[in-house]
This record gives sequence, structure tokens and C-alpha cells, in this order.
Amino acid sequence: MSWMVWTLPTAIFFATIATLLAGMTAWEVVSPSVERKGFLPIATTRGDRLFIGLLSAAYLHLVVVGFTPLSIWLALGVSVLWMLVLMRWG
Amino acid sequence: MNNKVRNNKAWWLILPMLLLVAFSAIIPLMTVVNYSVQDVFDAQTRYFTGTEWFVQMLNDPTLQSALGRQFAFSLTILAIEVPLGIGIALLMPKKGWQASAILILVTLPLLIPWNVVGSIWQIFTRGDIGLMGWSLRELGYSYNITRSPLDAWITIVIMDVWHWTPLIALLCYSGLRAIPEAYYQAARIDRASRWAIFRYIQLPKLTNVLVIGILLRFMHSFMIYAEPFVLTGGGPGSSTTFLSQALAIMATAQFDVGPSAAFSLIYFLIILLVSWVFYTAIMNMQKDKKDGGA
Repeated sequence: MSWMVWTLPTAIFFATIATLLAGMTAWEVVSPSVERKGFLPIATTRGDRLFIGLLSAAYLHLVVVGFTPLSIWLALGVSVLWMLVLMRWG
Repeated sequence: MNNKVRNNKAWWLILPMLLLVAFSAIIPLMTVVNYSVQDVFDAQTRYFTGTEWFVQMLNDPTLQSALGRQFAFSLTILAIEVPLGIGIALLMPKKGWQASAILILVTLPLLIPWNVVGSIWQIFTRGDIGLMGWSLRELGYSYNITRSPLDAWITIVIMDVWHWTPLIALLCYSGLRAIPEAYYQAARIDRASRWAIFRYIQLPKLTNVLVIGILLRFMHSFMIYAEPFVLTGGGPGSSTTFLSQALAIMATAQFDVGPSAAFSLIYFLIILLVSWVFYTAIMNMQKDKKDGGA
């Protein structure tokens, strides 16, 4: 695996994503998702909301890191909050 | 309907495909993510740089202008290829030997490899021996793709339209063939005009294939590399250097793997977002139509 030049932060990142995906699968098996409409303009399933959350989190991180002097941890915090809001009311 | 117990065992059948994709796409992508946060000299010598490469890439004026050009190019060719493709599909004969002959003729450009297309057009547009270049010169227009950015741009757009409009045309042709004759009969009874038939029967039935066509064409054109590279080499200056070429120069010529990895990820996120927006928008349009009972 040394050719993949792992670092601790990226390992944690991918472990989190993998855990999320596994968790979502388990959740789906236990109680299948029903498509519904929240504050987003489109009807979404849980998986859709997770995808939207992750993608917008990625863009938020890029904007914060690239164009503002703010800390990346702020972006992470806001992203986690945003993800929770999105999953619950999105 | 939702109370039914669903059997999900068939999902296991995608496991081989998943493994294949893991090796061809997911693991390399993960490696790129790892590269993007480090300054890698060789397998032993590497330093963690955090977000430095991302900051550098996002603020790089060369890449920003390449990104702008890329969007301009993709939108231009979509705006030309989609209506043109639909038009060609509508004009293609429906049956008989003519249908087969036209199908083959239309498909031909699709069979030519990218860099060969570039070479063909490179020769075609040369001022001394190229048919198009020479003719335009004789007509009094000082056509020169190595000196005029506008000429280079127009030529690349025409080249892409020539190469890829057939894809849209073929997709639309198959979509049109799938419309049952009964729809047309009903339209004839209503004495619907040719335009009304197109607008209310053919176009809605083409939505699915157009989604695929637009997505494919957008992604293809957003990643275009070999054709402009062979035709203009990204010039004159950097007027036709698109994203992947800017990236390739950085990754292979300058061997800055860290910054290139960071830039690849930004590139990937843009494609992911645009594709998702396209897909969701068009799928929702269809859903609304079904719910509305139209």
C-alpha cells in the first residue's frame, strides 16, 4: 500500500466516508428510505441528501480554503452542521 | 405498495463490477487525494503540505482562465451539436437501403480516434496544402490557426461538431424510431402541424436520449485533450489550452504531482456537480410531467 502514499488525515477522511456508506446501507436495510420533499426544491431520498451534503461540503471547503483566511476546521464544523440539517429537514 | 417485502439479493450481482471499478477508478482516485495533500519526491521522501496546493491551484490565473475557456467551449459545442443532432435525426430516412447508407455515413466520424481527427483537421486547415485553409486563402480571407486565436477557436469548435454531432444524431434517431406509430396517427387525426408533432410528441419522447447525449457530450468536451493538442497545441499563446491540457503540462512536463492532484480533484468536483445538476434537473422535469398526468 506504500505506493498510495497514505497520510493520517486522508485515511481518516476515507474511513469516515466508508463508515457513512456502510451505515447508510444498514439503515436502508433496517428501514427503507421514502422519497420526500423538505426545504430543498426537489424530492430526495436519504442517499440523495447525503450526496448533496457531501458535495456541498466539498465546495464549501474549497471556497473557505482557497479564497478566505478562515480556518479549514470552521468549514468542517459548518459542513457537519449543514449535513445534519440537510438529513433531517432537507 | 411500500409494505411489500423486497428481495435485494440481486444487488450482490454487481459485486464483480464494483471490484473492477474499484481497481480502475476508486483506488486511483483515492491515491490522487493522498497526493494532493503532500509534496512527493519519491516513495520515501514526501512531506505533508495540508491544503497548500489547493490554495495555490484555486488562485492560479493560468488555470482560472483555462477553466473559463473550458466552460465557453463546452457550452458552445452543446448549443450547436444538440439542435443540429436533432435536426439531422429528423431528416434521416426511416427505412430501406437509404436508411442503412445514411446511418453508416453519419456514424463514420465517430469511428475515428481523437488524435487522428486532430491530424486530419491539422492537414485540412493548412494554408499551403490543406483544402479548407487553401480555399479560404484563395477566397481572400487570411485564415491562420497558428496566428489568429479566433480562427483557432472556430476551427476547434467546427472539428468537435463534425466529430460528435453524429452521436447526438444517432441517439435521437434511435429515440425517434422507438415512438409508436399510433402517436403519429392520433396527430394526423387532430390535423396537428409538423411543429406540433415535434413539440408535443417527438421532443418529449426524446428527453431520455437527450439527457444521455447532453451528459456524454458535456463530459467528453469538458475533458477534451487530444484534438486541440494535435490541431493547435493549445495556441496561439494559450488561447485554446483547455483544462486537461493545462493539467497535463503541469503533471507530466513539470512533474508537479501534488498541485496536479489538487487540481484534478477540483476538476473532478466540477464535473460531478455539473453532471448531477443536469441529471437531476431533467429527471425532475420528467417526474413533474408524469405527476401532472400530461
